[in-house]
Amino acid sequence: MGATFDLWKITKTTLFYALVVVIVVVSVFPFYYAILTSFKQGTDIFRITYWPVSFSLENYQSVLSQGSFPRNLLNSIFVASVTVILALFLAVTAAFALSRVRFRGRGFLLMVILGVSMFPQIAVLSGLFELIRALNIYNTPWALIFSYTIFTLPFTVWVLTTFMRDLPIEIEEAAIVDGASPWVIITKVFMPLMWPALVTTGLLAFIGAWNEFLFALTFTSSNDTRTVPVAIALLSGGSQYEIPWGIIMAASVIVTVPLVALVLIFQRKIVSGLTAGGVKG
Amino acid sequence: MKINKLLVGLMMSVTLVAGAAQAAELSIVSGDTGNGLAFLRSQLDKFEADTGNTVTVVPMPSSTSDQFGQYKLWLAAGNADIDVYQTDVIWAPQLADQFLDLTDAAKDVVGNHFPSIIESQTVDGKLVALPAFTDAPALFYRKDLLEKYNKEVPTTWAEMTATAQEIMDGERAAGNPEMYGFVFQGNAYEGLTCNALEWVKSFGGGQIVEADGTISINNPQAAAAIDMAATWIGTISPEGNLAYQEEESRGVWQLGNSVFMRNWPYAYALGNSDDSPVKGLFDVAPLPAGEGEGAGSAATLGGWNVAVSKYSPDPEEAIKLALFLSSPEVQKERAINQSNLPTIPSLYEDADVLAASPFMANWKAIFEQAVPRPSAPTKIKYNEVSSLFWSAVHSTLSGNGTAAENLEGLEADLADLKGDAW
Amino acid sequence: MATDVMATPVAATGGKIKSELMQQRVRAARWFLLPMLIALAVVAGWPLLRSIYFSFTDASLNNIDGAEWIGFGNYFRVQQLASGAVRYRGLLVDADWWNAVWNTLRFAATSVFFEAVLGMVVALVLNAEFKGRGIVRAAILIPWAIPTIVSAKMWSWMLNDQFGILNDLGMRLGLLSQKVAWTATAETAMQAVLVVDIWKTTPFMALLILAGLQMVPKDIYEAAEIDGVHPIKQFFRITLPLVRPALMVAIIFRLLDALRIFDLIYVLTPNSSATKTMSVLARENLFDFDKFAYGSAMSTLLFLIIAILTIVYIWLGKVRFDGGDR
Repeated sequence: MGATFDLWKITKTTLFYALVVVIVVVSVFPFYYAILTSFKQGTDIFRITYWPVSFSLENYQSVLSQGSFPRNLLNSIFVASVTVILALFLAVTAAFALSRVRFRGRGFLLMVILGVSMFPQIAVLSGLFELIRALNIYNTPWALIFSYTIFTLPFTVWVLTTFMRDLPIEIEEAAIVDGASPWVIITKVFMPLMWPALVTTGLLAFIGAWNEFLFALTFTSSNDTRTVPVAIALLSGGSQYEIPWGIIMAASVIVTVPLVALVLIFQRKIVSGLTAGGVKG
Repeated sequence: MKINKLLVGLMMSVTLVAGAAQAAELSIVSGDTGNGLAFLRSQLDKFEADTGNTVTVVPMPSSTSDQFGQYKLWLAAGNADIDVYQTDVIWAPQLADQFLDLTDAAKDVVGNHFPSIIESQTVDGKLVALPAFTDAPALFYRKDLLEKYNKEVPTTWAEMTATAQEIMDGERAAGNPEMYGFVFQGNAYEGLTCNALEWVKSFGGGQIVEADGTISINNPQAAAAIDMAATWIGTISPEGNLAYQEEESRGVWQLGNSVFMRNWPYAYALGNSDDSPVKGLFDVAPLPAGEGEGAGSAATLGGWNVAVSKYSPDPEEAIKLALFLSSPEVQKERAINQSNLPTIPSLYEDADVLAASPFMANWKAIFEQAVPRPSAPTKIKYNEVSSLFWSAVHSTLSGNGTAAENLEGLEADLADLKGDAW
Repeated sequence: MATDVMATPVAATGGKIKSELMQQRVRAARWFLLPMLIALAVVAGWPLLRSIYFSFTDASLNNIDGAEWIGFGNYFRVQQLASGAVRYRGLLVDADWWNAVWNTLRFAATSVFFEAVLGMVVALVLNAEFKGRGIVRAAILIPWAIPTIVSAKMWSWMLNDQFGILNDLGMRLGLLSQKVAWTATAETAMQAVLVVDIWKTTPFMALLILAGLQMVPKDIYEAAEIDGVHPIKQFFRITLPLVRPALMVAIIFRLLDALRIFDLIYVLTPNSSATKTMSVLARENLFDFDKFAYGSAMSTLLFLIIAILTIVYIWLGKVRFDGGDR
């Protein structure tokens, strides 16, 4: 038994790691190629290479010195963070109501919330624009935070509702018997258990807000209020038709790195789930 | 709550900064890019010094179709934050309602510009925009390769096709499998309308929709022109040319992998940049002519203009800015710095201009053959006309039906779209 | 299902105290829902209703205030020609529109299917214990983290026929006999869009499924392990049912996104009728062409189509709305 078992185990491990490698390579390769391109200059960009041949930080310098890119980065961080905090706050309370409390019309309500996400963004653009001008928040970060709610809120509400619904009732019982208010139940009982879901939805919503382009372009009209995706789209080469691949790639690398860092910081929260919370089904 | 305080604090600081940025009196949107924006800024600084106004530039994506959508939306909502717009030559009739009439303000200077350009910006007697610069494409050719194979610069498409094929075969046999004969803009977008209009016009096949509004595209010459272009795909032009816009064609050309290219003047300066493999090896000529009655070389008219929004809170100063940007002084600077073609005939003989951009002497000839796209007769429906046209051409190039079949369908679609009148 | 089993005994233990508590909870729930609903109504209410309204008018972006009510004209109308012949016009008989609907449905079904399967595989891998898991988890998120506008450009660059690295790679590995112009023809362009979309959004699926897996109590597996249940059986008997709610929600949101796909198609395909999707067509009519009302009608119909599909999906997939028995 021993020898064959070991062989099987080794094959299994090898296959598993092979799978990990494949997944990582497929995910990262385009990004790697972007980094490679970002070090290139001039006509070199049109030549294919697999390893870095030339190394020039010129593209990075020109990104960071071009107009207001650092400022755009700050705008993006501010807009995405506030959007996510607001969405999570509104969604956690709503999800509690939708998942743990029985009342009529729950299904209908969930459908209505989802319905908001069923309209093409391009079609709500002009209506949102009028609204934003009426609220006098045009060309401020609040215009973006306001409009991003349209796609972050339905998503966070739905995901959190789903996860909260599946938590066993026992975890609430003790608190209910102690006479804890629903607010206390949410913050003291559910929140600690919901970390994986909260962090995951928060992260996905953050990335959604971070990467949004169309609203950001339409609802701002100055370089100082624009966010990073718009700034990248506006990065330009010398003349009208010239696309500055090197600089665009450099900017993309700069934009993606904070997100990767964010994942690395929060990834321990993603894994600490029910088991860590010490509650067994 | 702590978070709330934090939010209020952040909100205050952000609105304060945003408020300060909006203190400018005028703002101009521009889809221009890197050097172009820097140039615009330098000119605006002069304007600021002269008039005491402050001008903010609002950069936009360089895709003209994205710009058009944004501007339309902003103008429809009466956006008062933008005073001056930079507009493509074909937009005037589509946005005319939203811009101020500049006829009075510009009555002393309109005579300086090419009349055809002023006409392209006049809609129902209203001067919608003032020209900033014009644009016309040309045939880029490799001097060294033509010499090596002892060929003349082609003056007809048939000659070009034969020469391209021969040189391409020769170079491939000599060890460059990547070599092609001709690259152009074949993606299904406005650029294909420009390319195909040149083929059709050069065969004497009209201008899709004539100035009086009649739909002329369904004719044998037009079909012959587009059928000819269809034979290029997969022979002298790569299959991928069906997805090329300006930059992709330039990429192939600038690596030295094509004998001929159809492109705008911007590629001239870039092709001669220091790290370019084709530096000094190429020149430009008027696009080749077709065959048959009324054949001749044709180039599609491009170019950009400045228009003043009717929602501008300060129209007088905004008009001053528009006049300034189309003035001979700025156009001359532009020609020297940006290689943009002036809209003022005398500048083509200006010694300073020719010293900086010697090719411009050639371009005047090209420009004089420029054909306008049918944006004037088709008015607000131009974009749809153009989209129908490029779709029909793209289908033919992709081998879905012959040109005659597709043009017949196109004619019916256009008639449908036209209804009683454009 | 496992969760139901766990929930039932509690529901049975109720009583009079319970109903009082219930009422208190319902009251609290109303207050909890209110801010979220107000936020959504303020942000989404006006733009959505306005779009729907414009679809029944002759609105033009050049004169939006002058829009006049024309009823269902944008959707369907009968046109009497001078010759006496009758023609049917409007969105419901517009061949281009139905072609776009079909393109979109095909795209959405294919991409979401692959994303769900691959997302599950990735999530299971990430759920296993191994060294460097944190790094791998971050690496996997990269495709989702790159702004779409950039990844679309990046891929169009990599897919370029002449200087694209994918053709070069294919030739080197002997997979391709000649360079392929991926984005030039409708057929390969659609495949390219699918590949890019799957590459980009599998991490989204994977992460949501992973969150679901993480919330599955570990001791269930331990029990199964002791009972000697085969891993594949474990997956279908235990894992899949437990992550099903998370998976279903992930699929719903991906489906909504896929049915509204715009940017990738816009950047990566040759803009021909073979690749145009509903959103692309709507954009064209709303902004490029002077057909704002017709574009609004398209958006409204797109909304209806998505709504119907979602309802069908929820019904077929038995996604629970009732939240079990509590």
